[in-house]
Amino acid sequence: MLPVLKFILNNEDVGTSLPPGMPLLDFIRYHQHLTGTKTGCNEGDCGACTILAGELQHGSLVYRSFTSCLMPLGNAHGKHIVTIEGVNMLPALNLIQQAMVDNAATQCGFCTPGFVMSLAGFCLSKQAPTPENAITAIDGNICRCTGYKSIERAAAAVAAQLAHRNNEEPAQFAAEQQILPGYFSGIKERLKRLLLSLNGELTPPSGTVPRFVAGGTDLYVQQPEEMQEQPLRFLFGQEMLKGITREDNRCVIGAACTVNDLLASPIMRAYFPALDGYVSLISSTPIRNMATIAGNFINASPIGDLTIFFLALDATIELSDGHTTRTLPLRELYKGYKKLDKRPEEYMTRCWFDLPDASTGFHFEKVSKRTNLDIASVNTAICITMKENLIGTVRISAGGVGPVPALLTDTAAFLTGKAPSGAVIKVACAIAQSEITPISDARGTAVYKRLLLEQLIKAHFITLFPSLQVELLL
Amino acid sequence: MKNIDSNTHVSGTSVYLDDLPLLSGTLFGAAFGSPIAHGVIRELILEDALQVPGVVRIFTAADIPGQNEIGGVIKDEPLLADHHVHFCGMPVAFVTAHTREAARAAVKKIRVKIDPLPIITDPREAQAKGELIIPPRTFTQGDIDNAWRQCTHVFEGSVDINGQEHLYIETQGAYAIPQENNSLRIYSSTQGPAAVQRAVTSVLGQPMHRFEVVVTRLGGGFGGKEDQANTWAALCALAAWLLKKPVKYALHRMEDMAMTGKRHPYAADFKIGLNDDHKIIAYEVSFFQNAGASADLSTAVLARTLFHCTNSYFIPHVKATGWSCRTNLPPNTAFRGFGGPQGMFVIEAAIAKAAQALQVDAAIIQKKNLIQTGQEFPYGQVAKSEALACWERTAALYNPDDLRRAVNSFNTAHKLHKKGLACMPICFGISFTNTMMNNARSLVHVYSDGSVGISTGAVEMGQGVNTKILQVAAHTFAIAPERIKLNHTSTYTIANTSPSAASATADLNGKATLMACTAILERLKHVAADGLQAAPEDISIVNEQVLVKGSPSSWDWQQLVTAAFRQRVNLSEHAHYTTPEIYFDDVKEKGHPFAYHVYGTAILEVTVDCLRGTYTVDTVKVVHDFGHSMNTDIDRGQIEGGIVQGIGWMTMEEVIYDRDGRLRSNALSTYKVPDIYSVPKTIAIDALQTIHDNLAIFRSKAVGEPPLMYGIGVWFALSNAIRAFHPNADIPFSTPMTPEKVLMALYSKTIQETNQQHEETVSHLGIDL
Repeated sequence: MLPVLKFILNNEDVGTSLPPGMPLLDFIRYHQHLTGTKTGCNEGDCGACTILAGELQHGSLVYRSFTSCLMPLGNAHGKHIVTIEGVNMLPALNLIQQAMVDNAATQCGFCTPGFVMSLAGFCLSKQAPTPENAITAIDGNICRCTGYKSIERAAAAVAAQLAHRNNEEPAQFAAEQQILPGYFSGIKERLKRLLLSLNGELTPPSGTVPRFVAGGTDLYVQQPEEMQEQPLRFLFGQEMLKGITREDNRCVIGAACTVNDLLASPIMRAYFPALDGYVSLISSTPIRNMATIAGNFINASPIGDLTIFFLALDATIELSDGHTTRTLPLRELYKGYKKLDKRPEEYMTRCWFDLPDASTGFHFEKVSKRTNLDIASVNTAICITMKENLIGTVRISAGGVGPVPALLTDTAAFLTGKAPSGAVIKVACAIAQSEITPISDARGTAVYKRLLLEQLIKAHFITLFPSLQVELLL
Repeated sequence: MKNIDSNTHVSGTSVYLDDLPLLSGTLFGAAFGSPIAHGVIRELILEDALQVPGVVRIFTAADIPGQNEIGGVIKDEPLLADHHVHFCGMPVAFVTAHTREAARAAVKKIRVKIDPLPIITDPREAQAKGELIIPPRTFTQGDIDNAWRQCTHVFEGSVDINGQEHLYIETQGAYAIPQENNSLRIYSSTQGPAAVQRAVTSVLGQPMHRFEVVVTRLGGGFGGKEDQANTWAALCALAAWLLKKPVKYALHRMEDMAMTGKRHPYAADFKIGLNDDHKIIAYEVSFFQNAGASADLSTAVLARTLFHCTNSYFIPHVKATGWSCRTNLPPNTAFRGFGGPQGMFVIEAAIAKAAQALQVDAAIIQKKNLIQTGQEFPYGQVAKSEALACWERTAALYNPDDLRRAVNSFNTAHKLHKKGLACMPICFGISFTNTMMNNARSLVHVYSDGSVGISTGAVEMGQGVNTKILQVAAHTFAIAPERIKLNHTSTYTIANTSPSAASATADLNGKATLMACTAILERLKHVAADGLQAAPEDISIVNEQVLVKGSPSSWDWQQLVTAAFRQRVNLSEHAHYTTPEIYFDDVKEKGHPFAYHVYGTAILEVTVDCLRGTYTVDTVKVVHDFGHSMNTDIDRGQIEGGIVQGIGWMTMEEVIYDRDGRLRSNALSTYKVPDIYSVPKTIAIDALQTIHDNLAIFRSKAVGEPPLMYGIGVWFALSNAIRAFHPNADIPFSTPMTPEKVLMALYSKTIQETNQQHEETVSHLGIDL
C-alpha cells in the first residue's frame, strides 16, 4: 500500500497517496478542484500560485508563503496548507480582500488570489505591521495590469489594520478580529494531533536510490517531470538540518536553513549589518521561504547568490551519505559547470565559517536586469581583513563570469599586503579580467559582464573604504 | 464605481479558461512546435510519441478537413506546418491524450527531420531580399523634397526598437466541446471571439453558425489574444470535431512564450529638419517592421505606426514609409499601442538628436511643435487638439523649471548618481483604423422581475469594459447597478463582433448598449404615460422612481416593468452602433480615420547609479485628457498600468532571439517585467477636463492604450541622466535601455561626429550564444 501523506488543507483534513513529488499546485487545482490558486509561470517567478503553509515550530504556529508550483506535495505533509478558498469568508470579504477592492487593486484578477495570499501571510507573520513589510510580503507577486500603485495602497491599508495587534499570536489575532476565518484559531491544536499521527510516511521506498530534495525551488524549475517520477528523500524542514548557531568564533548553519532563516538569525544580523539589503536582492519572499542554503550550493549555478556570499567567507561544508560524513571547503566543491565533488548518495548537512572580526569588512554586490526577483548578471562578494592600513587577507568571489562560482585568487594575491588606493584597485580589476571567462547569454553579453564585474569590485571598495576618492575609480 | 468583478477576483471565484469544470471524457492537447526556424519537413516521426500511455491521437496538417489556414487579414498562415516550417515553435503536430502529463510527454518524443533553409531575423535583411508581407505604404504631407532647403539644421539617425512579450498572467488556451447536430462550443481565452469562430470555420470547412465561441473573461490580453488565440482554439476544435470528444489545451508558459508573437520590433531611419526657431519643417522616416513569419495583424499595426509617426506634433512636410518585413520569427501581433508606440519613439529620438546637437532641452522643441486645433495630421484628419492644453497644465502643476533646477543641483552634488528628466507628450487616435471594424452590438433584456441582463461583443480582460457598460445601463434606466448583470461573450448571442481592441471597446459596445437601453426606455415611458395618464415626454425615471413632470408618481421601476410585461411590450432590444464621421481612403492615404484623439503630457524623472548602471524611475507626473471620465477608479488603473507596461518595454523587457531564431528569453526567469519595486515611486495623474463634445461614451475618452506611451519618456530621461555623467556618451537609439546598455553608455567612448551610424554594442536579435 502506498503511504498516505496527511495535512490540513484549509479547514479539511486530507490524506493522499499521490506521488509525493507531485507539485502541490497540481494537487490543489486538478485533484482538489480548488481553482482559485492560479498557474502562471511554473517556475516561482509570478506568485499566482502562492499558498500558505502553517507549521508548529517550538510550540508556535508559524505561517509562510510558498509558491505551490515549485513545492512538492511531500513538503505539505504535516502542515496546514491554506489556499485562497481557505481565507474566504463569503459572502463577506476578509480585511485583505476588502482593501484590494476599496483600492481598485484588481483588474484582470488572475494574479489577485496570489496577492491576497501573500498579504494573508503578512497578517499571519510576526513581522511588524508596517507598509514596507506588507510590500515585502508581496514582492514575489507579478501583476501585469495595475502597475502596482493601487496594490501598494491596499497593502498599506492592510498594514494599518494590524497596528493594534501588539504581541498576540498572529493566527489567533486574525481569527478574533475576523481578518481571517474563525477556524484558524483551532489549527494549532489540530496540527498537534496531526503530528502525533504521522509515522514516517515520507520515507522513500526501500531498495531505491532516492533523489534529495529540499525547497525544490531549482529542481522544480529544471526538471519538474522527473521529480514526479523519482523516489525522493525530503530534507526541507528536517529539524537536524536546521538551526544557525555560534560555536566559539564560528557560525554553523544547518543545510536546510532557508534564505529567510538567515535573515532572521540574530547571529547573522549582528555580524552582517547590511544583511537586509543583500537579501532583498535575492529572489522573493516565497522563494526565500523555500530555498535552502544547501540547495543553493548543490545546484551549482554559476550565479548562485548564497554560494557567492559564502565563498567570500571561505565556508566549509559537511556532506553525509547517511553513514559517514566528510568536510570540504565550499571553494573545492565545484569541479566544472554543474559538476560537483559530491556522490549521488551524499547530501549536505551543514556549513560553517569564521565570523568576521572588527578588522574585517564584508560586502555583497549583485546586478541583474531587474533589481529584485531576478537572477544575477554578475554577483560578487568580498571579505577583507586589514592589518594596520594594509590588506591582510582578502577573498573576492564572482558569479556569472565563468562556469562555476569562483574566488578570484590572483586578484586577491595581488591585493594582499597593499593599501587600497585607486591605483591598486584599478590594477586589481585588470587582474580580475584575466581570471574570468564570461559568456553572452540572456543575462548579458560577455563584454558587459566583464565591465560589470570591474564596476562591482570598485563598488566593494567604495563601500568598505568610504574615504577613497571615487573620481580616481571612475 | 469599482470593477464589477472585484469580489470574485479577490476571493478566487472568478472563472478563467483553466478553471472550467471538466466534462468526463475530456482529452488534453499539446502542440509540437518546430525546433527549426526555417526549413522543409522531410519526415515527421510520431511512433515513439504514440507509444506513450494515454495518448489517443496525434493530428497533423493531413487531418484538416477544411483549409489549413487561419490568417485573419491575409491568408498566409497555416494552422499546422505542412511542407515548410517558417519559425521556431510553429505548430507541426497536435497530441491528444487522456492526461495533460501524457500529452506533454508525447510531445517530447516527437521527432522531425527538417532540411534547413536560410534564416532571417533582421527586418532590414528581409526588406533587402524583398521578403515583404505587403508592398510598402507611404504617408505624405506637404512637399518633402523641397522642404529640406528651408531647414537650417538637418539631422539623421537610426533607431532599433525591440519587441515586447505580452506576459498576460493567464496563458493562452481553449476548450472545445462537441454539441449535437455537428456543432462545437469552444471556450477560448480570446479577445476576438469572432476571429476564433472564423479560424475554426476555415479549418473545419463548416459554416460559422456551427461554432459557439464563449468567453467569460481573460487573465490579461494586451493584444496578445486578439488574433493569436485562434491557433489553440482551432487545434482543440479540430481534435474535438474528429474525435467527437471534448478537448482542452491550456498552454504551459514556455509553450506560450515560444510559440506566440509579440510586439513588433522595428528598425527605422529618420531625417529631421528644423529652422532657426526650433520649428520642425521636415521629417522623413522609413520603418522596417519585423512582422515575423506571417501577416497576422502586422499590416494594420504598420498602418498605425504611420498614423502616429508625428506623435503630438504638427510638421508641415512629412514623408513616412513603412515596410512590413517577413522574417523567421513567430508572427508578431497586436500589443497595446498597436504600432503607435514605435512610430512615436522614432520622432522622439529625432527630436532628442536635434536637441543634443543644438544644445537645447528637448522640451523646447517639443513644445514649439505641438499640434494645434485646425492643423492637419499627415493622414489628412484635422486636429481638435488638447496637446498644448495638456502641456501647459503640466507646466503649471508640476513646475518643470523647478524640477530641472533640482536635478541640476543634485547632479552637481553627486558623483555616483545622476538624475535625468524628460517630457513625453502623447497623441493617440481612437477607432480601428480599418473603418469597417468600428461597429458593435448589444443585446439588453429587461426580465419581468425588473432585473436586467446584457450581452455585448466586448471581452472583459481587466480593462473594466463590463463595468462601464453596466454603468451605461444603470444610468440610462436610472436603476440600481445591482439589478444589472453582464453576461459572458458568445458568438451565438452577438454575431460578427470586432475584437476587444483599439481602446474602442467601451465606446463601441457602450454606445450600442446606450441605444438598446434607450429604445426599451422609450417603450417603458409609453407604458408609464398610459398608466399614469401623462404624455410620454413628461415621464422620467430617477432612482428607480417613475416621475411625471418631475414629481414622484405611485409607480416604481418594478411596477413599470410588470405593467409593460402584462401589456406584451417588448422588453428586449438588440442595438447596432457604428462610429459616425470616420472614413479613410487607402489609395490617397488620407481621410478621417479616428473618432477622436486622446492627448496628454508626462514628466518623468529617473536616477542612474553610475557605478553599477542600474537605475530607478522616481516620478511620472501626468496630465491626461480624459474628456470626462465616467469611472475614475478604472481609468486611473488603466493609466497607472499602461505607464508601467510602457516603462517595462523601454527598460527591462528584452526579447532575445538567437541567430537561429530561437527564443532565449523564454520564461519569466529570463524575461523580466516590472515588479513592485521597479515601478515609479510616484505616479501623479491629473485630469484635463474638457467641455467639448466628443464621440466617446458619455464623453469619457478611451483610456486603454494611450498611457502606455508615457513610458517612452523613461528612455530619454535615462539618456539625459547618462549624459549628466558623460556628456559625450555614445547612446545608440536602441530599446530597451537595460542596465547593460546604461553601463555600456556610461563608460562608452566619446562620439566622434554627430551623424555617424552607430555600431551596435548589443543586438536585440541574435546575441551570440
